[in-house]
Amino acid sequence: MSNATLPDTQGKRPSSLRGATLPKWFPWAVAAGSIVLGLGISAAAGLESDIQWGLIAAVLFVLGSYGIAAKVEGRRQAKDRVATSLVWVAFILAVLPLASLIWETVKRGVKVLDGYFLTHSMGIVGDTEPGGGIYHAILGTLEQVGLATLIAVPIGVLTAIYLVEYGRGRLAKAVTFFVDVMTGIPSIVAGLFVLSLWIITLGMGYSGFAGSMALTILMLPVVVRSTEEMLKLVPNELREASLALGVPKWRTILKVVLPTSIGGITTGVMLAVARIAGETAPVLLLVWVTPLINANPFSDPQASLPVYIYLQYANSGGEGAAYDRAWAAALVLILFIMILNMAARGLARWKAPKTGR
Amino acid sequence: MAKRIDVSGLTAYYGSHKAIEDISMTVEPRSVTAFIGPSGCGKSTFLRTLNRMHEVTPGGRVEGKVLLDDEDLYGASIDPVAVRRTVGMVFQRPNPFPTMSIFDNVAAGLRLNGSYKKSELNDVVEKSLKGANLWNEVKDRLNKPGSGLSGGQQQRLCIARAIAVEPDVLLMDEPCSALDPISTLAIEDLIGELKERFTIVIVTHNMQQAARVSDRTAFFNLAAVGQPGKLIEIDDTERIFSNPSVQATEDYISGRFG
Amino acid sequence: MDISTQNTAAPPVTDQPSDAQQKRAARGATRPGDRIFLGLSRGSGIFLLVIMAAIAVFLTYRAAIAIGKDEANFFTTFEWNPTGTPPEFGIAVLAFGTVVSSIIAMAIAVPVSVGIALFITHYAPRRIGGVIAYVVDLLAAVPSIVYGLWGVLFLVPQLDGLYGWLDDYLGWTGVFSWQGGAPRSLFTVGILLAIMILPIITNVSREVFRQVPQMHEEAALALGATRWEVIRMAVLPFGRSGIISASMLGLGRALGETMAVAMVLSPLFDIQASLLDYGGGTFAQNIASKFNEATEMGRDALIASGLVLFVITLLVNGAARMIIARRKEYSGANA
Repeated sequence: MSNATLPDTQGKRPSSLRGATLPKWFPWAVAAGSIVLGLGISAAAGLESDIQWGLIAAVLFVLGSYGIAAKVEGRRQAKDRVATSLVWVAFILAVLPLASLIWETVKRGVKVLDGYFLTHSMGIVGDTEPGGGIYHAILGTLEQVGLATLIAVPIGVLTAIYLVEYGRGRLAKAVTFFVDVMTGIPSIVAGLFVLSLWIITLGMGYSGFAGSMALTILMLPVVVRSTEEMLKLVPNELREASLALGVPKWRTILKVVLPTSIGGITTGVMLAVARIAGETAPVLLLVWVTPLINANPFSDPQASLPVYIYLQYANSGGEGAAYDRAWAAALVLILFIMILNMAARGLARWKAPKTGR
Repeated sequence: MAKRIDVSGLTAYYGSHKAIEDISMTVEPRSVTAFIGPSGCGKSTFLRTLNRMHEVTPGGRVEGKVLLDDEDLYGASIDPVAVRRTVGMVFQRPNPFPTMSIFDNVAAGLRLNGSYKKSELNDVVEKSLKGANLWNEVKDRLNKPGSGLSGGQQQRLCIARAIAVEPDVLLMDEPCSALDPISTLAIEDLIGELKERFTIVIVTHNMQQAARVSDRTAFFNLAAVGQPGKLIEIDDTERIFSNPSVQATEDYISGRFG
Repeated sequence: MDISTQNTAAPPVTDQPSDAQQKRAARGATRPGDRIFLGLSRGSGIFLLVIMAAIAVFLTYRAAIAIGKDEANFFTTFEWNPTGTPPEFGIAVLAFGTVVSSIIAMAIAVPVSVGIALFITHYAPRRIGGVIAYVVDLLAAVPSIVYGLWGVLFLVPQLDGLYGWLDDYLGWTGVFSWQGGAPRSLFTVGILLAIMILPIITNVSREVFRQVPQMHEEAALALGATRWEVIRMAVLPFGRSGIISASMLGLGRALGETMAVAMVLSPLFDIQASLLDYGGGTFAQNIASKFNEATEMGRDALIASGLVLFVITLLVNGAARMIIARRKEYSGANA
């Protein structure tokens, strides 16, 4: 009877529920086959790079999945398999360089990383000689990042409080908009701004503090955004309950709203610190470079970890001791940032309001 | 092409949790079978095993047999995609594709299964929308997004989408629970018409609805929270609501629990 | 009936005291504590606006000085010689290099990122997907200087073979011909930038894919769609604007990336037809490479190029935000 009403669909519907299905191990077999073939082809053609056989294998994998599946299972299933294999290839394509980045940094970084390295400066050690360390750079980075945090956190948190607790009118809208704009400022532009204002126009010298100002600009929008999100999560009932007890608004914010969201705000600040700790360009522009320990961030050039890495690479004159130092410093920097990140995320999970059961 | 469903010894799991246990029943073609029972009794889970949607949920797996006429849906060489193509489904909340027009929503299933001429598509879309009693309301705005319709219209759009591919069976998972009374009535009328062409299975929380639309009713229950749901009895709807053979069914229908 | 009378009866009872409280609270706004606090927080917001205004003003001011002294056309000149007599410099080469390297980066990163995001949300087992998402999150935090170090010391030596290939098979296009220099061209920069913006595009796309309502995917499945067809019917259309804005955010980062480019690129202030040969530079790289030998005039010229970069990134980020905002309205209308 449905044949009479809808002849078109009847003609094209599958004749049965059965479909020839390839076994579960099929993708793995194709993958293994592609890798073997890829290696074989590149050996035969005398290709020396890992990237080449990898790409050959990836192409073989995708085409092979499609070809075999199209023969056995039909075109729709073959398309599905191609999509699956492409997604896998994308995943592997992305994971390999990122894994290699971490692996290379760790492998090459541990060579000279020891207590001596962490507690000595470059002092009189020549660029191409072995020895020396990153003490001056760690000190500089900590001071610059610390100063930036000291400036950015109060301003950022207060701005977020203004946006969430008071902001209604045009000013709040403008601030919201420009916080978004600020998020997208390239770090080199922030550096150029401080350069043009502080160093060129006001005639001040290079210093850790000049770098801190640029870092502040980069950090502010992150702090405002994350704090805003956290303040919005505080239920209105809490505020009302406090106001209803006759507590003034500012005390309500300080004693009720902020303590409730302090965990999330801290997480946001830690992520922001992690973001600016690796900034190189503005620091290079504003703090300049020195191989010596300078504990005073307010005058004269300072070192910093990211710039140290750059200098060890740029002044190395080729292979050798300087590269080892660069990798070791990179490892220290990554470790610092990763620990901050993980701590921040752990804190966020721990402090997160328990939802569900 | 309505088909008979024959379930024997079906047990379904979510991971290690057993959701329903050892269910056997027969669903006659060109009839409406309603599943009723308290929340958590597994009636929706059971419904989803009938077109292999259950295994889409992470950890979902099934033991037992579901015969569609003579073919076991869980047989070795069965393609789950073909099963879902043959056993259509309408969900609790209307779910038209938000980025597609009304026309494209109805044509979505057809486009998956091959290439059609524009005129063929037009015919099928019109017939399906008429079949879902929606044609007159939307014929002037087929190119507008489906999400602009009212809840009841959206649900009928979803029914049109499901019947456009001419399935053998239509599964409905509480299709009216998100709708107002008037839309509900429209859908119930529609179910009465659709059973001329399809085998229909409907899960409902509303016992009056089961009594109004179904020919046969199955009552599911569970011993306690965390226990698997079981089929208590299945019989003609009239019998279930007037003179059920199991005490628990009577207790549930008369509102003593659930 | 019962419920509705309760509802209408209840509010006055609770409202009255809270009304009075609100008045008291409003009066409280004149308290010195409240006034100081409001002043502080509003002042912070205003301070932020002042910074933004100052950035625009100072960059424009220094840039205007530089461009005023420029004897060549600032936008079309293939030269960077601000300290010469007469000073001649232009951003044509930098604009070309920035755009080309960013396009290469996007062409690689967007499809791959969407692939990983789909892998995390729709292909990998849930627990593995979660772990990968976490790792990608962490990788987004790796500083660009480390990418630069890895790029120049590890990636570049690996690329000889690939360059040779491209030259062999695609060299006839002119775009992929290679004279055999070290692979430190715009093409390598594009690859490195792609790797660097992968995490951010993946993260944003992943969030969008995760928000696709289960019911749309089930609707497609119930019509007899394969997994890929489900993604094409329900996931990608829903996530399209999210993918676009994610890509824009990635593009914003690629455009402004400084150190990694400065380390990997072997700059030559000229435009080459081939992507594999030396030639080109980017705004950010040029600033980082040139500023330490620059006089005041040289610095001002770099600031002028920085202003152009600033404007470009503003436009790109603005576009991304607009798409996100429109998407919010859109999904709100359908909720």
